[in-house]
Amino acid sequence: MFNVFIHQFWQLTFSGIALGFIYVLISLGYTMVYGVLRMINFANSEIFMWGTFATVIVGRDFFDYTLTSEPVHGVKLVLVLLVSLLASMAVSGIVAVFVEFVAYRRLRARGTNRLATLISAIGTSIALAEVMRLLTHSRPTGAPRILEKVILAEVWGANIRLDNVLTIVAAGIIFVLLERFVKLSRMGKAIRAASMNEDAAKLMGVNLNQVITATFLVGGLATGAASFFYVTVFEITKFNVGFTMGLAAFTAAVLGGIGNIRGAFFGGLFLGLLETYASAILGTQWKAVSVFLVLILALLFRPNGLFGEAVQQTRA
Amino acid sequence: MLNLRDAGASIWEKSNRFQRTLISVGTIALVAMLPFAGNTILATPIAAYGAVLVYPVGMFVLMALGLNIVVGKSGLLDLGYVAFFAIGAYTMAILGSRTTLNTWEIMPIGIALAMFSGVLLGLPSLRVRGDYLAIVTLGFGEIVRLVFLNSTWSNGPNGVSGIPLPPDILGQQFKLEDQKLFFWVVLVMILLTIWMIRRLSIRRPGRAWEAIRQDEDAAQLMGVPTLKYKIWSFVLGAAVAGAAGVLFASKTLFIAPEMFTLNVSILILCCVVFGGIGNIWGVIAGAAILGYLPDRIRFIADARLLVFGIILVAVMNFRPDGLLPRKKREKALIEKAGTQK
Repeated sequence: MFNVFIHQFWQLTFSGIALGFIYVLISLGYTMVYGVLRMINFANSEIFMWGTFATVIVGRDFFDYTLTSEPVHGVKLVLVLLVSLLASMAVSGIVAVFVEFVAYRRLRARGTNRLATLISAIGTSIALAEVMRLLTHSRPTGAPRILEKVILAEVWGANIRLDNVLTIVAAGIIFVLLERFVKLSRMGKAIRAASMNEDAAKLMGVNLNQVITATFLVGGLATGAASFFYVTVFEITKFNVGFTMGLAAFTAAVLGGIGNIRGAFFGGLFLGLLETYASAILGTQWKAVSVFLVLILALLFRPNGLFGEAVQQTRA
Repeated sequence: MLNLRDAGASIWEKSNRFQRTLISVGTIALVAMLPFAGNTILATPIAAYGAVLVYPVGMFVLMALGLNIVVGKSGLLDLGYVAFFAIGAYTMAILGSRTTLNTWEIMPIGIALAMFSGVLLGLPSLRVRGDYLAIVTLGFGEIVRLVFLNSTWSNGPNGVSGIPLPPDILGQQFKLEDQKLFFWVVLVMILLTIWMIRRLSIRRPGRAWEAIRQDEDAAQLMGVPTLKYKIWSFVLGAAVAGAAGVLFASKTLFIAPEMFTLNVSILILCCVVFGGIGNIWGVIAGAAILGYLPDRIRFIADARLLVFGIILVAVMNFRPDGLLPRKKREKALIEKAGTQK
């Protein structure tokens, strides 16, 4: 049972960290929206799913790579990857803004209860997933291998693969950029002001509707970047890929203290490692169960997250 | 907008005891005759009409009534409702195919197991609220499905087959090709559930649920043992789903984990929301319509979930109280408050 875990510990750790960075970016979509609206962005999993399809479609239909074509090299590789990344961020960003517009805006204006808003978000989420299911006939869609999965080095028996390195480095950069944006930019300040106290922010001249749209957009961009890395690493997607990924990322956000951007970073890494270790020890079929269990335990015993104190103070 | 709920209620209030009995018996008799209407405009093009009446229509109504206790009465959003349905169905499947117990003997066991798991889930998770509760229950529903999927005793992804039909009632045989008897059994279960909900609603639990739904903190301050009543609503909802599960397994004769995905929870929630959260007549109407329409209109059958998703969004945005809202009592309260000023 523990054999695989002990023998492949460093390999698991490495791929767990790469997966963790994907979770970090997705959980931003949950955590930022929660920070401002105090509501779970239920459709974030579908925002992620649409992003993965954007990546696949850019590689497959825009650049005409097929499942059997040779991996790309040099300047062209950088170009293709960059265009795919931007496309998937753009699609996810647009879908996120659409979700806000359809599911949240009208209900927020009317001040109806939280249950109504939550159900409306769930409905949007189902509709987004179903449209993709009908378009793809419930079949998984393979992505062309654009980035060759070269083994760069071997450290303590772990293969350091290029796609994992790319994920860790690029996702790290994107995370820092977004975090700085929220910390330093004018819009970022408005977002933080709105999440601390909506009414006070309004009185200070913050345009709340704009801020909320911006929050969804930033969350969507982060989630879209995660979609790109997901496709680069796993090279396949399906209409229901968002469900498990979204729940894991949501768990990461809760562990990090939902609403807390830096917390999402540690929560994401923690969950990536936990999931990889759990599937090595218990078998991949129990992977989802372990994530759910951690989520439930986290909500019961540390509802403010492992690192949630800072956020709790700002909220009070 | 016309409030059908109020219109119906005013007719009910104006009639005397005899008329009320007449209305109730007449309605029940009409509904009980439904299986004979197979060759009319109600006929379904794809599936057999008699089977459609049992599942999805009857089962949806039954489960929506059960979920309504949780979501509608006490305002707890439960996204893992399918778990209790699955537990009932698997109880029937495993006991029915491996022992000599029949459906009616397994029914109480299935209900008891579903209620017990309702307590198990409720005790820890009902301490969290709102969105978090939705996520925890969703996680619970998935865990139950994954356990059935990954365990050997439940025969994993292959599911359980060889589940027996219920034994004869009053010399009438349960048959797959003619499901009238199944429909009548579901109808009796629905009536029992309605009776239970109406009894509870006007007594202490009903008042406690109403208080919890409106303001949990205030309810607690007023001395309502909120956790106890929240668990009760969970357990009663679970019992209804468990009973529905037992009958479902006994009707389909084969069950597999993929029948109990999150989608079922969402569909049932959709029925409750579409009809009018909290109002049993609305819930019944909503579940009957949403269960029946996909089989009546061919286009919806393929895009069933898409249509349901759009319905959820549209209803929440434009008619958040559903088809038949529970307005009456609240409206009366507001009017009373208005005259006192």
